[in-house]
Amino acid sequence: MPKHDTPLLDELEKGPWPSFVTDLKRQAEKKPECFDILGQLELSFRDKITHWKHGGIVGVFGYGGGIVGRYSDVPDRFPGVAHFHTVRLNQPSSKFYSSAKLRDICNLWEKYGSGMTNMHGSTGDLVLLGTTTPNLEPLFYELTHDLNQDLGGSGSNLRTPECCLGRARCEWGCYDTQDLCHTLTMHYQDEIHRPAFPYKFKFKFSGCPNDCVAAIARSDFAVIGTWRDDIRIDQAAVKGYIKGDFIPNAGAHSGKDWGKFDIKKEVLDLCPTECMWMEGDTLKIDNSECTRCMHCINVMPRALRPGLKQGATICVGAKAPILDGAQFATMTIPFLEVKKNEDGEYAEVVEVIEKIWDWWMEVGKNRERVGETIMRVGLPTFLKVMEVTPLPQHIKEPRSNPYVFWQEDEVEGGFERDIKEFRKRNAQ
Amino acid sequence: MGYDPENPMADRITDIGPPHYEQFFPPVVKKNYGKWLYHELIQPGVLMHKGESGDECYTVRVGAARLISIELIREICDVADKHCDGYVRWTTRNNVEFMVDSKAKVQPLLDDLKGRGNRFPVGGTGASVSNCVHTQGWIHCHTPATDASGVVKAVMDELFDYFVSHKLPAQVRVALACCLNMCGAVHASDIAILGVHRKPPMIDHDAITGLCELPLAISACPLGAVKPATVKNSAGEDIKSVKVNADRCMFCGNCYTMCPAMPLADPDGDGIAILVGGKVSNSRKAPMFSKLVIPFLPNTPPRWPETVAAVKNILETYAKDARKYERVGEWAARIGWEKFFEKTGIPFTIKSVDDYRLAYDTWRTTTQFKFTSHIK
Ligand code: HEM
Ligand code: HEM
Ligand code: HEM
Ligand code: HEM
Ligand code: SF4
Ligand code: SF4
Ligand code: SF4
Ligand code: SF4
Repeated sequence: MPKHDTPLLDELEKGPWPSFVTDLKRQAEKKPECFDILGQLELSFRDKITHWKHGGIVGVFGYGGGIVGRYSDVPDRFPGVAHFHTVRLNQPSSKFYSSAKLRDICNLWEKYGSGMTNMHGSTGDLVLLGTTTPNLEPLFYELTHDLNQDLGGSGSNLRTPECCLGRARCEWGCYDTQDLCHTLTMHYQDEIHRPAFPYKFKFKFSGCPNDCVAAIARSDFAVIGTWRDDIRIDQAAVKGYIKGDFIPNAGAHSGKDWGKFDIKKEVLDLCPTECMWMEGDTLKIDNSECTRCMHCINVMPRALRPGLKQGATICVGAKAPILDGAQFATMTIPFLEVKKNEDGEYAEVVEVIEKIWDWWMEVGKNRERVGETIMRVGLPTFLKVMEVTPLPQHIKEPRSNPYVFWQEDEVEGGFERDIKEFRKRNAQ
Repeated sequence: MGYDPENPMADRITDIGPPHYEQFFPPVVKKNYGKWLYHELIQPGVLMHKGESGDECYTVRVGAARLISIELIREICDVADKHCDGYVRWTTRNNVEFMVDSKAKVQPLLDDLKGRGNRFPVGGTGASVSNCVHTQGWIHCHTPATDASGVVKAVMDELFDYFVSHKLPAQVRVALACCLNMCGAVHASDIAILGVHRKPPMIDHDAITGLCELPLAISACPLGAVKPATVKNSAGEDIKSVKVNADRCMFCGNCYTMCPAMPLADPDGDGIAILVGGKVSNSRKAPMFSKLVIPFLPNTPPRWPETVAAVKNILETYAKDARKYERVGEWAARIGWEKFFEKTGIPFTIKSVDDYRLAYDTWRTTTQFKFTSHIK
């Protein structure tokens, strides 16, 4: 495969940010199909339009997802990318790797693919970008036999679950995000690989309300760590921050002079519930008023830590705007202790998930995310399905219309009445 | 024995899932798992995590393109082998993190990274612009309204200084999605760059039969703009096809996702919209959606100067005006969106007034507002 002129792309070799064009060119020395990637992309830059065709159903036998089919609409000019399917590999929880594992993956992809990847796709998968249909089965064979790796999900199934690094390297993980993510991924292999849902379904796990994997915005089932006792305070460290011994917000603002740290302005006044105050140089928190937003902890990580009675809040039904507008996930289960039973399963979490699925698989329309189904039937119906007691925490404020759908059995005497009896008392 | 095409089902392995994460933990992470005390950013791009045991884990975060080659991954492995006992990780925002277990090992690692050209910029922590998450664009997808990798490279070149420093009022998350599907879920980003189509789909009456199931194409349209129709194809035969009511089309491309005979991409029609003020974290204010402030900028490869300038203008106006800790959306909400438009100089257009479903949520139903230059 020859090299193509790429005057437009060459412009993207300039500048301080790492250049994918330079990278592609280096890779092309070993994998000449990368010249055709560059060539076709240059054509798109010139034409201001994509040159990929609406794919086609490709995959490996027995799996309904994990491969995204893709064909060029100019294959004669760029035969190296005539077929350009992607392979989604299920990433290890929170994306730690050993170099040995990565080198194995690189070798496999050198043998069977273009040599280009996405580290990582938006759902979290390690995406191998660009191979041909005949390569898929041999690749899958070696992937499972020699690399002990599996495909992730695509299509109307459980998408590859994803978590924050939580307890591995963050002091705020209120439950074991990696273990929950891995355990559920293993538990639901069938749901990941064989689409049987109305539409895609995503799990995301964040260890605290900072929500570093954006669970509340991106997942149908968001598990976000929290606590229900008191924020742990180290008063000596509070004094340290006030004195200037410690740099606030862990040094996140070190590049600009924001003046001396002012605990009132930077912590107390920014607390959304105004539940903190100073008594002398002692910090007080009315924990019953705290909504666990993380701000004070973020600013003074050496002084404040989440409480010890830890667990998670479960929110359901986030999605991107298409079709009815964006939705954040709705708070459904305020607190669940995320614990593993003796049999190695998270039974309570599984129970919640399966209640949602059983219902959604029955009433969800084709291509309807669970958040849209909840919108359609209403939160009250969903809460009944979930068998959770309706709480003021489920709403921002009570409804402002009186259009309640009373059920017959809720009304004294039911709906059946006798019009004749009525007329005896109330003439027409 | 390898794969045997004659006998594809022979000793097949399926549903083994991902490898267990723990085997990839550096020893210091494994030892201090769940026992971290606090962290500090000792300089932009370098985190120190302190364990209850007294152990320290130093992390060097480097920016990377999301589209990377196995050559580059191998180079990353070389660095990990040399400095980090062979361990490395990727963050949610496509950054690479190298971890070492003592401060003495940090500088040699930084020097090594610096010696490798511009491939490994250190930064993306704290009050910075971290890496821009994005989708596929013209490199792989069939529905994009703009490119992804190219726009992101141009934007990150211009914002580079903010990636390697901590001088913003708070962290700023920039994200790009190349069509309304938003695979990257950019709808809760401080600054979102979104590819948009502006022409309704064409209909390929010669191809539609056999390629598409018409009921699916019709029901795909959220606005009911696709209707069944009998039309003549170019051979003059009457065939069952569809028609599109252009007045109702919101250019979402759902019909095309369902039916490849309804392409809508177009060099002049397609371009970029800018949305701002979203956030995910629950810190202080609840999570917020990004809001449309610039309805359209043209596609101008290779470096999209209009988009780059618009993003930079918003970022720098915010950086000058916002209070410490305030995210872009918190700042805009505090000063009011009328002030946001005035301060950024972005022309306010009727396209920012919602007329989609639930639109009423965003209309102002109070007499409280500020007199800005918009009111003549
Ligand atoms: C009328 C039937 C069709 C349905 C129900 C359908 C459904 C879908 C859906 C739901 C997606 C979103 C992918 C995702 O969830 O990430 C998608 C993408 C895609 N479509 Fe279609 N589509 C149809 C027609 C076609 C046709 C006719 C082709 C090829 C000629 C095609 C090729 C693809 C490919 C390759 C993708 C990306 C695959 C993926 O991301 O899983 N589709 N389609
Ligand atoms: C109706 C909504 C959506 C449709 C129709 C859709 C369709 C598609 C299609 C066609 C692709 C293939 C791109 C390629 O050629 O590689 C794709 C990729 C992908 N989509 Fe979506 N998508 C939708 C929403 C989302 C959302 C909301 C997310 C994540 C939160 C997501 C995550 C992904 C991921 C991870 C990929 C793999 C490639 C990448 O990371 O860019 N999708 N999607
Ligand atoms: C004040 C608010 C926040 C604080 C204090 C905070 C704190 C942190 C900390 C300490 C880390 C490093 C964790 C580690 O790797 O050890 C981190 C990483 C991360 N955070 Fe947050 N976070 C905040 C808000 C957010 C928000 C709103 C998002 C997403 C929209 C987010 C996304 C991420 C991501 C993706 C990472 C991984 C690192 C990267 O990709 O650069 N964080 N955050
Ligand atoms: C289904 C919904 C509603 C119905 C059927 C309804 C019906 C009525 C009727 C029949 C009256 C006239 C009473 C009379 O003077 O004989 C009235 C008065 C009034 N309604 Fe409503 N109404 C509804 C909702 C609302 C709402 C949502 C508001 C305000 C937010 C509202 C505000 C008023 C006010 C201010 C009066 C005058 C009361 C007064 O004279 O003190 N109504 N409504
Ligand atoms: S979500 Fe919370 S626990 Fe997880 S990495 Fe982010 S700050 Fe840490
Ligand atoms: S976590 Fe948030 S709400 Fe709770 S005390 Fe701290 S700042 Fe206030
Ligand atoms: S955002 Fe749209 S164009 Fe971009 S990868 Fe996703 S579906 Fe394709
Ligand atoms: S682009 Fe969207 S709104 Fe327009 S016809 Fe197609 S599905 Fe309907």
